[in-house]
Amino acid sequence: MIKDFFKTLVSNTKSLVGLCLLGFFVLVAILAPVIAPYPPKLDRLETVVELGEPSLEEEILSEDYPSDARDVIVYRSTLTREYEKTVDYFPLRAKPSAAHPLGTNHAGNDLFSQLVWGTRVSLTIGLLTGLFVTVLSLTLALLSGYLGGVADDVITFVTNVMLVIPGLPLMIVVAAYVTMKGTLPIVLILGLTGWPYPTRLLRSQVLTLKNRDFVRVSKSLGERTSFVVFREILPNMISIAMAEFFATSMAAILGEATLEFIGLGNVTVVSWGTILFWAQANGALLSGAWWWFLPPGICIALVGTSFVLINFAIDEISNPRLRKR
Amino acid sequence: MKYFLRKLGLLAFTLFVSVSLNFFLPRMMPGDPARALLDKMENLQPEQLDTIRAAFGLDTDDPLIVQYGRYLRNTLRGDLGTSFSRFPTPVSEVMRVALPWSIGLMGICTVISFSVGTIVGIGAAWRRETKLASITVGFFSFVRSFPYFWLGLVFIYFFAFKARIFPIGSAYDVEAARGSASWWLSVLRHGALPAMTIVVSSLGAWILTMRNNMINVLAEDYITVAMAKGLPLQRIKSMYAAKNAILPSVTGFAMSLGFVIGGGLVTEMVFAYPGIGYMLYQAVNAKDYPLMQAIFLFIAVAVLIANFAADIAVMILDPRVRDGAK
Repeated sequence: MIKDFFKTLVSNTKSLVGLCLLGFFVLVAILAPVIAPYPPKLDRLETVVELGEPSLEEEILSEDYPSDARDVIVYRSTLTREYEKTVDYFPLRAKPSAAHPLGTNHAGNDLFSQLVWGTRVSLTIGLLTGLFVTVLSLTLALLSGYLGGVADDVITFVTNVMLVIPGLPLMIVVAAYVTMKGTLPIVLILGLTGWPYPTRLLRSQVLTLKNRDFVRVSKSLGERTSFVVFREILPNMISIAMAEFFATSMAAILGEATLEFIGLGNVTVVSWGTILFWAQANGALLSGAWWWFLPPGICIALVGTSFVLINFAIDEISNPRLRKR
Repeated sequence: MKYFLRKLGLLAFTLFVSVSLNFFLPRMMPGDPARALLDKMENLQPEQLDTIRAAFGLDTDDPLIVQYGRYLRNTLRGDLGTSFSRFPTPVSEVMRVALPWSIGLMGICTVISFSVGTIVGIGAAWRRETKLASITVGFFSFVRSFPYFWLGLVFIYFFAFKARIFPIGSAYDVEAARGSASWWLSVLRHGALPAMTIVVSSLGAWILTMRNNMINVLAEDYITVAMAKGLPLQRIKSMYAAKNAILPSVTGFAMSLGFVIGGGLVTEMVFAYPGIGYMLYQAVNAKDYPLMQAIFLFIAVAVLIANFAADIAVMILDPRVRDGAK
């Protein structure tokens, strides 16, 4: 079932393009130390050159002749090497050049390197949030949809309430209260404001599956609940859960960039959002530094597009009406 | 009627939850944001410090439940506290100045993108084999994945910095007399770029919603019958297909009206447009919690009421829901 799903995903042109695009960014994230010419926060290059040959000086400190058969001589040898240390500070706010393909920022950090390293942080936060929300909403959906009863009433009610409370303002307000800044708090904030919609969607899928013949047969054969849920229902939810995973991940990458841009994230971490935050804080726009604020946005959009393309394909697979006639 | 009452109950409860979130969030956060804030703000006047203490409930030894009761009473009376970054302006006054700008900007944008998006969506579904349709759909799906605020930055760069067609920042020309013709003109010029950002970034959603609904409806048997009968195509398109496909878009429109207050948050921040979003940006930067809470409350209330209105609209428009509700 799962294998078939991935086979269809690869055979669809749209999702193949999407998967390649996503694969490219994942590769960049993994290989960041290899691809980026400098560490993200480096602002100078230090070169140390040895001058000339090392010189060895010897001096005799003392001589002693305790007897005719023995003499003691104490030497001191000093090895002197001369070095020259050159510190090349990166230029501040430099235009793109051979040394810095995307120029440098206000602190002299290489922007291309920051973009490459930022891929790591932004992708990690996006995919982690996607995973977190998908697991959370799948669990809630299965619990409420399959078990029904009080659990269903409570979960559905809480979902409906959280669903209508606007997400972005809530996210901003919560983030403003959080004193701890880091990857995990951001994932939690994004995840805890992002679960209601997927939960509702997945729950309705569980409800339809629950009444299909094959599930009824399995139940009347006396299969254990865990078997029915994990072997009969869950495999049939893969496509819709995957779609939710990609949609949530995209929303999370956008959400992270927005929070960071407002200055509510950790501004000392290098991510696509914080590059934009510093660009805005240093008036990159009004000094015409397009190389500073254009690339992070384009990267976000490309990752987003890859998710959208994959989801288009999933839609077409599960809804034949959308397929090209 | 039962449907109506249930929706009304949900509205009341969600309003209550939003109000309570405002009260409990700062008190539940790990790391004690109140203390952290007080330590950082030593240079404030004693009265300003008092508003911070009041906002976090540090000014009394009353138990939480008593504080909560007082908070609910104050909120119901419309007393939202005092902004401490704009001390001693009450929060409600700050909101009164900012609201018209947000509502004006977002209201116009919502109407524009809903109507244009729906019409384009109908066209894209009707002629979906054409190149133009797939290019339009592809283009707007791509635009949709750009961060809102980044599109704003790009527009500022090209249209205000490079081409100098539009002014940067603010919502009107400070030198023009308020209410005069030139002032109104400056309002239009200042609003053009933020409006463009919002319309461009929200258009895609309307187009895709309408297109997908329309494609689903076009596959129905009664459309095939209408085609077979040889009815005029234009009539099938507008009276048979579009009319039946538009309901989710109309619901979406009603719901998006709730976002006239909070929908342009980030756009306003980028353009320094003096609406609610920019207020929130300043409140966040100044750690002005009373102002932040009030803004969240306003946005939530607007969204909740619009959702309620959308549910009622569906009840009136859709016979399936209407009859099921009886």
